[in-house]
Amino acid sequence: MDLFPLYNSLRVAAISTVITFFTGIAAAYYIAKTPRVVKGILDCVLTLPMVLPPTVVGFFLLKTIGPLGPVGSRVLELFGARLVMVWYSAIFATTIVTFPLMYRTARGAFEAFDETLLYSGQTLGLSNTYLFWRVMMPNCRQGILAGTVLAFARALGEYGATTMVTGYIPGRTATISTTVYQFWREGNDALAYRWVGVNLIISAAVLIVVNLLENRYRQPGRAAKDVLSDEEDVIR
Amino acid sequence: MTISVDIRKRMGDFLLDVNFETGNEVLALLGASGCGKSMTLMCLAGVLKPDEGRIVLDGRVLFDSRGGINLPPQERRVGLLFQNYALFPNMTVEGNILTVLRKERRERRREKLAALLEKFYLQGLESHYPSQLSGGQQQRVALARILASDPSLVMLDEPLSALDTYLRWQLEAELVRLLEQFEGTTLYVSHNRSEVYRICRKVCVMHQGISDPVCGVAELFEKPGTLPAALLSGCQNYSRIERLSPRTVSALDWGVELTCGDDVTEDSRYIGVRAHSLNIIGGPGENAFACNVLRKAEDVFETILIVSPGTNGSGRANSNIRIELPKDAVRDIREGDDLWVTVRPDDVMLLRHRAPARIPAGHGVPPPGRERISRSEKQKAPGDIPAEKPKDADCAVFQAKQEKSRAG
Repeated sequence: MDLFPLYNSLRVAAISTVITFFTGIAAAYYIAKTPRVVKGILDCVLTLPMVLPPTVVGFFLLKTIGPLGPVGSRVLELFGARLVMVWYSAIFATTIVTFPLMYRTARGAFEAFDETLLYSGQTLGLSNTYLFWRVMMPNCRQGILAGTVLAFARALGEYGATTMVTGYIPGRTATISTTVYQFWREGNDALAYRWVGVNLIISAAVLIVVNLLENRYRQPGRAAKDVLSDEEDVIR
Repeated sequence: MTISVDIRKRMGDFLLDVNFETGNEVLALLGASGCGKSMTLMCLAGVLKPDEGRIVLDGRVLFDSRGGINLPPQERRVGLLFQNYALFPNMTVEGNILTVLRKERRERRREKLAALLEKFYLQGLESHYPSQLSGGQQQRVALARILASDPSLVMLDEPLSALDTYLRWQLEAELVRLLEQFEGTTLYVSHNRSEVYRICRKVCVMHQGISDPVCGVAELFEKPGTLPAALLSGCQNYSRIERLSPRTVSALDWGVELTCGDDVTEDSRYIGVRAHSLNIIGGPGENAFACNVLRKAEDVFETILIVSPGTNGSGRANSNIRIELPKDAVRDIREGDDLWVTVRPDDVMLLRHRAPARIPAGHGVPPPGRERISRSEKQKAPGDIPAEKPKDADCAVFQAKQEKSRAG
């Protein structure tokens, strides 16, 4: 069995996860600070790829980075490189599809973060960068970790948009999901089953890793103990 | 070392107008919940930006709206102890303190850490996470961390309110000891008058976002000056007045004439009489008036009488007075009895309406909040159950808290 699809899927998923990790977190961090209306609009636009059918995303991508699209034609002209029907075309597709997963989970984690920790850090003279990496990220790691793993898993399984921009070229652009489809179409059930098996194993492994990480990082409650306000005292 | 603060900030309907100056001492900011105390601290720390004004700490200008100066919190050298202590949950006790010292040289850092751990009784807790510490221990770590940053001003935001009542006494004593060792200015924010009386020597009363002039703590309790200050200092009986002669007033809400220890000035609008300043006597006399007992309630160490001025039936419905007396003195008194009550002229406190707010430039119209206050003060609410007394929600909460602090 040619293992190229496994290797190709893993490298595409890994690269797009790295990209969405940084862009998703940056977007979540900066959008949280914008006014409400702007936040609403940006939120809607950035989440769209999650709810749109992947084929629609693929269609827009082809229209943009295809040889006739505004970006694709320029790159072809300048570098002589095609952006579609090559292995790295899948990175564009999976990055766009997985971005909302990372962005939304990171934003949820940042919103739940206790801002007084940042304020107190600032009054103690700690720089904003230091506070972001050493205080905010560690305290939001559960959400961010979950977002990262979900994004990776989604990138591995992406089919619709990927197949539109990469097609299926054995040994060059084939991924696990496009391979399964191809073997089924050819009536080669035996090989299709093998790749389905590979897919199942990877997915199960991802879920087990998520659960293990969650258990390991589960913290015994927040910093301050239950803060009883005086009003509650009166009621008691 | 001094700090002088003169800032205004508007947030929706709320107007913050704070003006005080203090030296090397512990100054209390006393006010009900939601009166803008925490907001003031945030403005001083640089986390919130005032609309206009000026903040100067030890000659350094931290904020000046005219000069366009607004130092970031990192450069202000202002320590702020948050109500929930705001320790970093992902770092140990040692990590929380070292993170502030990380720019020091290694030996120096170890030295400072050891000194702070010793001073704040944290030895043995170095490798604990905040979630493994008690409230008092967390507070000590937070204070140690603040002092590690070498601030010129330390601000404490209700440092004892998150703790259980029985723990408070112990921690209060500790806190006072630690504050005495700090050689800068300290701002102590609280809504608890007794706490302020015990810990601070000077106090600045805040009411609905506006600060009164700084005064001595003893002065606040003897001569509060304004009605909000009197209420915050725990005075529960007050009445609108009409001036009759330089020393006598007619208490309009109680329907009695009283002699005062001080001259009645032009701007005196109210009198206040503390519950324990009132005594029962056999019959008419100076500053004595007849009352009808509405309610008798046993408190822990004393008895509380709620009385209505005038004898049975003639009293006004909404002008009840609260009296606190030793249990023995009122053993034979029952609800419905008529009796005579007296107050020494020196215990009749003359009160002004309050210090006027200065409205920030560009905000010509007084905010709706202010109008609401003055209205509610005109239609004076019933004076019996404290929670009903002032109409504002803030004050109601405050009164409830007061009730509690009396009991505790």
